Amino acid sequence: MSEVNTGRRQVLAWGAAMAGVALAPGVTLFELAQARSPEEAASNKVRWGMLVDVNRCASDCDACVTACDQENGLPQTKTPTSAQWIRKVELKDLRTGATKSAPVMCQHCAEPPCVDVCPTGASFKRADGIVLVDRHTCIGCRYCMMACPYQARSFVHEPVTGQKPEVPRGKGCVESCTLCVHRIDRGGTPACVEACAASGHKAIVFGNLNDPNSELSQRIAELRAAPLRPDLRLNQGVRYAGI
Amino acid sequence: MINRQALAGRATPSVRAWWRTVVAFACALSVLPAMAADAPASRVPAPTVAIAAPGKCVEDTPFMLRNHMELLKHHRDKTVRDGIRTTQHSLANCVNCHASKVTGRVTGGKDAFCESCHKFSAVKLDCWDCHTDRAQAGLAAAGAGK
Repeated sequence: MSEVNTGRRQVLAWGAAMAGVALAPGVTLFELAQARSPEEAASNKVRWGMLVDVNRCASDCDACVTACDQENGLPQTKTPTSAQWIRKVELKDLRTGATKSAPVMCQHCAEPPCVDVCPTGASFKRADGIVLVDRHTCIGCRYCMMACPYQARSFVHEPVTGQKPEVPRGKGCVESCTLCVHRIDRGGTPACVEACAASGHKAIVFGNLNDPNSELSQRIAELRAAPLRPDLRLNQGVRYAGI
Repeated sequence: MINRQALAGRATPSVRAWWRTVVAFACALSVLPAMAADAPASRVPAPTVAIAAPGKCVEDTPFMLRNHMELLKHHRDKTVRDGIRTTQHSLANCVNCHASKVTGRVTGGKDAFCESCHKFSAVKLDCWDCHTDRAQAGLAAAGAGK
């Protein structure tokens, strides 16, 4: 494999940023994100992503985890084998003793390792950048769980009852954060983002990475947010600031 | 086996009329068992489907009987892969309209909408391993009562 030319990628990124600049009032090279109609398929004009501002995230707050469990019908009482779509991770600097806390979930990579290893095509990336599992094709082999650098995926070990109508889930499949795709398709935002804002921390920002004028893109630029493990060059959709 | 054409070729008009009567009677006899199958006193057990919300379905009933699985499969791929969330052929919409008024479900009993036919035809239902079989308030049901 030849080395990836990052300089060329940078130039392409600048090109994309320039394309978003208005050519004339009301005329841009690509349309900005807006709520789709139910008949309209997800488009690659949009790339959904999130920013986690770690400096705003409180160690004792798990509002995002609770909201995720409620929204997606995950079990409220946890066992060692319970599915976990989002988790709080505590980081400690061993020299200074300083601690930081951040939520970690599926990073919705542009080049997802879970999709590369899936033998059936069940693990896939939607046109708008959301990485999902098609449970109709998933055989529960768990290759994707091993391939994921973030341990973002869970296997469902036990039979499931009382699922949410929009979030079907059952025994024998692998699952992970869907970025609340059912809410996004209605024009909404993920449950964790809303819960974080409601708790007053506002540590998670959701938006369109393709739109340089979105709040997300501007905050990422302002805070110089980077993905976790940028060395993996997966072009993750979730960025972290302040780690 | 009697060669009817050969016999009719040699027969007089009165014999031909007699043959016509015999053939018509034989045809009538062959139709009778099929009519008996629809009668309630049949020896063949038929599924009892309780339809809680009678009215026009999203497609004609004979079409739905034969093709509902194809519609669901087509719709599921469009929804999961492309994010197309129309309600016309969505499983949640089926459940919402067809769930029993008593139990609120489409399975769980010999009269339940999905289970009655699937038990009868011995076709295993996988949908409800992951999807909920309960009707949900707030989901608009398309097709009912039209």
